[in-house]
Amino acid sequence: MLRKLMFSQVRTMWLVLKHTFTKADTVQYPEQKPYLAPRYRGRIVLTRDPDGQERCVACNLCAVACPVDCIALQQVIDDDGRKRADFFRINFSRCILCGFCEEACPTFAIQLTPDIELAEYDRQNLVYEKEHLLINGPGKYPDYNFYHQSGIAVGEKGKGQGEQEKPPIDIKGLMP
Amino acid sequence: MFEYLWQLEPLWKLIEIFLMIALLIPIAATLVWVERRLIGIWQDRLGPNRVGPFGALQPLADLLKVLGKEDWVPPFSDKLVFVLAPLIGAVCVLMSFAVVPFSPSIGVSNLNIGLLFFLAMASLAVYSVVLAGWASNSKYAMLGGMRAAAQTVSYEVFMGLSVMGVVLLTGTFNLREIVLAQTDGWLIKTQFIGFFVFLIAGIAESHRLPFDLPEAETELTAGFHTEYSGLKFALFFLSEYLGVTLISAMSVVLFFGGWLMPAPLDTWLPPLVWFIFKITFFVGFFILLRTSLPRPRFDQLLIFGWLVMLPLALVNLVVTALLRLGGLI
Repeated sequence: MLRKLMFSQVRTMWLVLKHTFTKADTVQYPEQKPYLAPRYRGRIVLTRDPDGQERCVACNLCAVACPVDCIALQQVIDDDGRKRADFFRINFSRCILCGFCEEACPTFAIQLTPDIELAEYDRQNLVYEKEHLLINGPGKYPDYNFYHQSGIAVGEKGKGQGEQEKPPIDIKGLMP
Repeated sequence: MFEYLWQLEPLWKLIEIFLMIALLIPIAATLVWVERRLIGIWQDRLGPNRVGPFGALQPLADLLKVLGKEDWVPPFSDKLVFVLAPLIGAVCVLMSFAVVPFSPSIGVSNLNIGLLFFLAMASLAVYSVVLAGWASNSKYAMLGGMRAAAQTVSYEVFMGLSVMGVVLLTGTFNLREIVLAQTDGWLIKTQFIGFFVFLIAGIAESHRLPFDLPEAETELTAGFHTEYSGLKFALFFLSEYLGVTLISAMSVVLFFGGWLMPAPLDTWLPPLVWFIFKITFFVGFFILLRTSLPRPRFDQLLIFGWLVMLPLALVNLVVTALLRLGGLI
């Protein structure tokens, strides 16, 4: 038993010693950036639809899903019936980058990006307002436009005229 | 005008002592960096490589950091003993270096009981750990101190016994003469069991992994030095790494022929360089042990000591004595 015990120790040491010649897995961070996958959960952005309009309809689902309550927003409705956020605020000093807001979002507006360099010297600088969050692009879903499929009438199209939409049913013509 | 200086031999001795201390302490500090780099390499990391070339100035940065720390003496501690404990450890280990023969000409003391002096200092160094555990007046430190006492006292027995074979073969306690007695061949040839026991006892004495039960971060936060900070903590570190160097040096002196090398090699490099080279090898081995082996349970450690190491050391001693009597070695 002792011989077996000692052999296992010696073998362990030999295996560790062999690692002298293996390459280190370390990435020397500030000079050498690690590869972050496109769906990496980093800094949060608000995206626009392909037409350049804001996707966010300020439904508050992200704020509800947020486990640390770092999202605050207020909805306004424009004259053409389009909903958008009056203000949209994410406190990144609270945010844990869990991605629940992205999962909750019905319009693919809120998205997490592979940018992890969020450090600031001043804590107040970590509170991002809507103008900091909004980007000029559709993010991960380049073709998606919520209002084209939503079935409601906003300025650009009538009710039921969008893609994958059926015209509204005349319930009075549905008699048996 | 300075000719009379050559006659002042005590002065030269003093300079030698100061030089040795001035070199040993930075060496111990550098060892921390070497260890971190080596462990990094063996764990597929890089280790500290930012301060200076290859991170070689890391010890300096560590020193500055340690100096900047608050030197806190806990109000619940036994203050005098608390301050004395780290000093005892560092002084004992440094004292041991007095008897180490570095090369034919370098070596502070040519003590005729050098080996006994080394063993005595190793025993005294236990006080540092035990008193630190006691004076800290906290549970973790107390447990660490208790473990240190049991472990060190046990392993001291085999350490003493394991080197008796060397004494038997060379007939002297003088370390310089022990080295000179190995001119024909290193003692490892006949004393490999003694070397094995000595090395393991040495690891346990300097409480390095895998026998670092007095510290045992996972169980006792930091064991006996839980309450220590700043320079006093650094002193514990210093004595630990000096201890590693000392055990390596003693292994080389007792079993691997000190500064001596076999015939073709010995003219290539000066004896001191060969000595340092051998020490470096053992220090590397100590670090490899630390990276690769897990820590045993405390009862396993003591059982291993008393039921394996002690009989081994005794058998080694008896067999050596019998072979010596028979004139075989």
